[in-house]
Amino acid sequence: MSFLDVKDLKIHFPTDDGLVRSVDGLTFGLERGKTLGIVGESGSGKSVTSLGILGLHKGGRAKISGEIWLDGEELVSAPAEQVRGLRGKKMAMIFQDPLSSMHPYYTVGHQIIEAYRIHHDVSKQVARKHAVDLLGRVGIPEPANRVDSYPHEFSGGMRQRAMIAMALSCDPELLIADEPTTALDVTVQAQILDLMRDLQREFNSALIIITHDLGVVAELADDILVMYGGKCVEYGSTDEIFYSPEHPYTWGLLGSMPRLDREPTERLLPIKGSPPSLINVPPGCAFHPRCPYADRTEGRASTEVPDLAPTERGHLVRCHMPRTERRTLWENEIKPVLETQ
Amino acid sequence: MLTYIIRRFIGAIAMLIVISMVTFGIFFVVPQWAGSTPEAMASRYVGRAATPETVHLVAQKLGFYDPVIVQYGRFAKGIVAGAEYDYGAGVEQCPAPCFGYSFISGQPVWPDLLDRMPVTFSLAIGAALLWVLGGVSVGVLSALRRGTFFDRLSMGTALAGVSLPIFFTGMLSLVVFSYGLGWTPPGGSWTDFTENPAQWAYNLLLPWITLAFLFAATYARLTRAGMLETMGEDYVRTARAKGLTERDVVVKHGLRAALTPILTLFGIDFGLLIGGAVLTETTYTLPGLGQFAILAIRNQDLPQVMGVVLFAACFVVVASLIVDLLYAWVDPRVRLS
Amino acid sequence: MSENEPLLSVRNVEKHFPVTAGLFKRQVGAVKAVDGISFDVFKGETLGLVGESGCGKSTTGRLVTRLLEPTGGAIDFEGRDITHLSQGKLRPLRRDMQMIFQDPYSSLNPRHTVGAIVGAPFRIQGVKTDNGVKKAVQEILELVGLNPEHYNRYPHEFSGGQRQRIGIARTLALKPKLIIADEPVSALDVSIQAQVVNLLEDLQKELDLTYVVIAHDLSVVRHISDRVAVMYLGKIVEIAERKRLYSSPMHPYTNALLSAVPVPDPKARKERERIRLKGDVPSPLNPPPACRFHTRCWKAQEICKTVEPPLESLASGHSVACHFPENAPVAATADTAGKD
Ligand SMILES: Nc1ncnc2c1ncn2[C@@H]1O[C@H](COP(=O)(O)OP(=O)(O)OP(=O)(O)O)[C@@H](O)[C@H]1O
Ligand SMILES: Nc1ncnc2c1ncn2[C@@H]1O[C@H](COP(=O)(O)OP(=O)(O)OP(=O)(O)O)[C@@H](O)[C@H]1O
Ligand code: SF4
Ligand code: SF4
Ligand SMILES: [Mg+2]
Ligand SMILES: [Mg+2]
Repeated sequence: MSFLDVKDLKIHFPTDDGLVRSVDGLTFGLERGKTLGIVGESGSGKSVTSLGILGLHKGGRAKISGEIWLDGEELVSAPAEQVRGLRGKKMAMIFQDPLSSMHPYYTVGHQIIEAYRIHHDVSKQVARKHAVDLLGRVGIPEPANRVDSYPHEFSGGMRQRAMIAMALSCDPELLIADEPTTALDVTVQAQILDLMRDLQREFNSALIIITHDLGVVAELADDILVMYGGKCVEYGSTDEIFYSPEHPYTWGLLGSMPRLDREPTERLLPIKGSPPSLINVPPGCAFHPRCPYADRTEGRASTEVPDLAPTERGHLVRCHMPRTERRTLWENEIKPVLETQ
Repeated sequence: MLTYIIRRFIGAIAMLIVISMVTFGIFFVVPQWAGSTPEAMASRYVGRAATPETVHLVAQKLGFYDPVIVQYGRFAKGIVAGAEYDYGAGVEQCPAPCFGYSFISGQPVWPDLLDRMPVTFSLAIGAALLWVLGGVSVGVLSALRRGTFFDRLSMGTALAGVSLPIFFTGMLSLVVFSYGLGWTPPGGSWTDFTENPAQWAYNLLLPWITLAFLFAATYARLTRAGMLETMGEDYVRTARAKGLTERDVVVKHGLRAALTPILTLFGIDFGLLIGGAVLTETTYTLPGLGQFAILAIRNQDLPQVMGVVLFAACFVVVASLIVDLLYAWVDPRVRLS
Repeated sequence: MSENEPLLSVRNVEKHFPVTAGLFKRQVGAVKAVDGISFDVFKGETLGLVGESGCGKSTTGRLVTRLLEPTGGAIDFEGRDITHLSQGKLRPLRRDMQMIFQDPYSSLNPRHTVGAIVGAPFRIQGVKTDNGVKKAVQEILELVGLNPEHYNRYPHEFSGGQRQRIGIARTLALKPKLIIADEPVSALDVSIQAQVVNLLEDLQKELDLTYVVIAHDLSVVRHISDRVAVMYLGKIVEIAERKRLYSSPMHPYTNALLSAVPVPDPKARKERERIRLKGDVPSPLNPPPACRFHTRCWKAQEICKTVEPPLESLASGHSVACHFPENAPVAATADTAGKD
């Protein structure tokens, strides 16, 4: 069993318009010191997954089923108070927008100190020293002075560093970063990604990085999980996903991206249509209304949900198309087009 | 921050000057537009029996023939530095906040106002404590239990609280609790705090609750709305992700932010209330400023009316100044910008 | 670049926003959002404008469409000086110059139908159409890939990508000559971004449009631009033909930007040599003197702190503002170094 094991996780929200199947049967594992990248478009259920692991949907309207094993402890069935004790300590989270994610009325130092003292019975002075250390570690200049600043007095990059310091305050073994750099400029994004990579090595924590930017996961992740419509459609090592993807949606993502590392093409290869609403996920394969190969699956695409099945190379793909056909398609039609880019 | 404070102070002073001008205008200039002559105005000061000559003389001495600006200057000086009145029968000193003399009793207005203040303050402070504590906690609970029976019940009650006039709830409570059940003293009971604190509180209990009910309703609704908003904020999610207990999440993160608009409202409400909880004081026949104002108006006692109006206005301005400063203290973004 | 006469010509344009403080709201300084920039846009081309948040890209866009009035410099459109034209005189000009905005959610009035939104420019400008406004609007809807039957629907019934198409349709209504697109795809999902980028390109070919595309995403800008200008703190630091800029960037900042973009190629992450800048962009309220990049530049020397490097052409169609440019032709570097 891995350090983190998620099995058939489902998080559904009953709403007036119907049942929102935000996460619908997700299974993955992660070891200490490894990084999992979760990619997918807006509304595919990435954030709901991460909040679900932290137990933040407990006590709300959400209907949660499945299992989440963290270091041998099951969290879905655990009492809320037990999960709260793990939050911030054993598992921590970094959010997308560092300005709105920090309380505007408290100093940065106060917020880090608070996070530390929830789980450590120490005096304010000791916690304050710890906060200054952490701010220094994440690269904030003059941490002893900046510890008393308010979030709005920091620049975007510094705020995200402070968020990271807060998340790291109790040496978490699992760190979840939900779009940690989406709100930042590229040069600052590069700094933050470097910082996260270094810190992960130092702490040997398990890291989940959630993003819609394939470039970001390519830089950091060991494994990648591609989500579409609340489900995992492809899951495997980073090299597998980038160099021999087998799901049409992953192909579409790769074709949509203009890339700096290749000669520019005449045209991008977008996916037609737009992502589904999770209230009305298309029946069968959720991707079928947008899939160029939907007609190759003998009408099953719109009636039968494909299984997440292993390929001959061992990574998992959710598609009705026969394996060999997918491989030939990738090798002969998709890859050549993408490579000329 | 310093410039902010100074700017707010200057603003408040300007506001007070404007208020004094408006008050002056209402009481001295508008009557003239409406056809009142200086003599008619002066006759109020000397009684009905006076001869036209005396009236003319008094009008002259009181400066009713002077240009408006000069009259206003004298009026303002009276408030700030005191004034001397000369009715023809010797000069009388009217010390610093001088609002003139009552037509009825002939006494200076200010000491009378001072006399009434403890009642109004007692009423306002006690009720404010009750309504803030009650309103805010009901609001918070309602927000946290949105859609439950408790939420609907308290919001329904709050709606009733906002829409029922105080003389209705006041009378009803008197009839039921004082005259019917005999749990509380009848209307008109007042004991000074310094005399007997327990009796003071006992006497004020019913007015406090009635007044607080009216305001608590608004505060509960406002708190509920504010909490629903802040509890959905990203920073509340962060607080939960840190592993804070739900109580700390609600109180230290959610409520802290939701309280700021309530603070503003409180300043205004409290200021207005000090100016006279007119209906409450009338209903319970408490000898406070509100009752004073009603009597003054009924008696057409111009200096008294003017005094109470100015005093009330000043208090609203001062209260909102204090709120602004508190606001800056609470929200660092205001303080530092 | 079919003709030599530029469609739009911008010379030393400045926009300083006053900053007030103190008791009496005295002006204590200015945000130099745009501080003396010059560039030309030729008919039929796409000029890309990149830079980090706050460097003045949107302000530039709003200056050239005259939604803002410059505090200095000159803007010529089709050879006519429009720098200080009054709103009334600008009206006919608005037909020729249109702007596409970033947020497809807030830039469309939720209470108007698609037909009303796209048809509004006809009404405002009082344009006569051959077969009535409705027909014209439906043609445009079809052009941007929307169903003409969407005419009576409301914006909230559409997805982000479709809304951006509506926004584009609106700008196309009057057959403008120049379109300024301010972050046209940054609010959209990757798969939708590609649709909109392709649409913009198709429309350019079909309608002979000229674009200024503002974006912070360097890959998107490279994909659609013919020439690219890089901005830093209110200045253009480098401007060049697309290929040159991306293959041999001269300004250290451009180099750093390009090197910071994460590349979706996991094997390359080990091989790539990286330039990492320290710190954030300084505030435009108090930009560093001389070369504004010197606080973060690894090549900075004394001279960079005292003498502002002018934007100079070092190779054909490639201008850069730096005392010690990278990748520069040898002669050119010696030349500038000699001058200083
Ligand atoms: N509390 C909730 N109640 C009802 N529906 C919800 C709730 N939280 C999330 N959802 C729905 O779940 C779906 C998945 O949302 P989620 O935030 O996980 O998307 P995401 O993949 O993180 O997208 P983005 O890239 O935009 O952040 C969305 O359709 C959203 O509307
Ligand atoms: N109306 C205004 N008043 C004062 N300052 C302004 C105003 N508009 C913009 N600024 C300032 O001018 C600078 C440039 O702003 P601008 O919006 O042009 O940046 P940008 O490059 O478009 O950034 P982004 O990528 O974040 O959109 C910023 O520092 C901004 O705060
Ligand atoms: S199952 Fe069919 S529709 Fe779904 S991705 Fe595979 S080929 Fe496309
Ligand atoms: S002028 Fe100097 S500081 Fe500026 S970019 Fe060039 S080398 Fe760097
Ligand atoms: Mg999300
Ligand atoms: Mg902008």
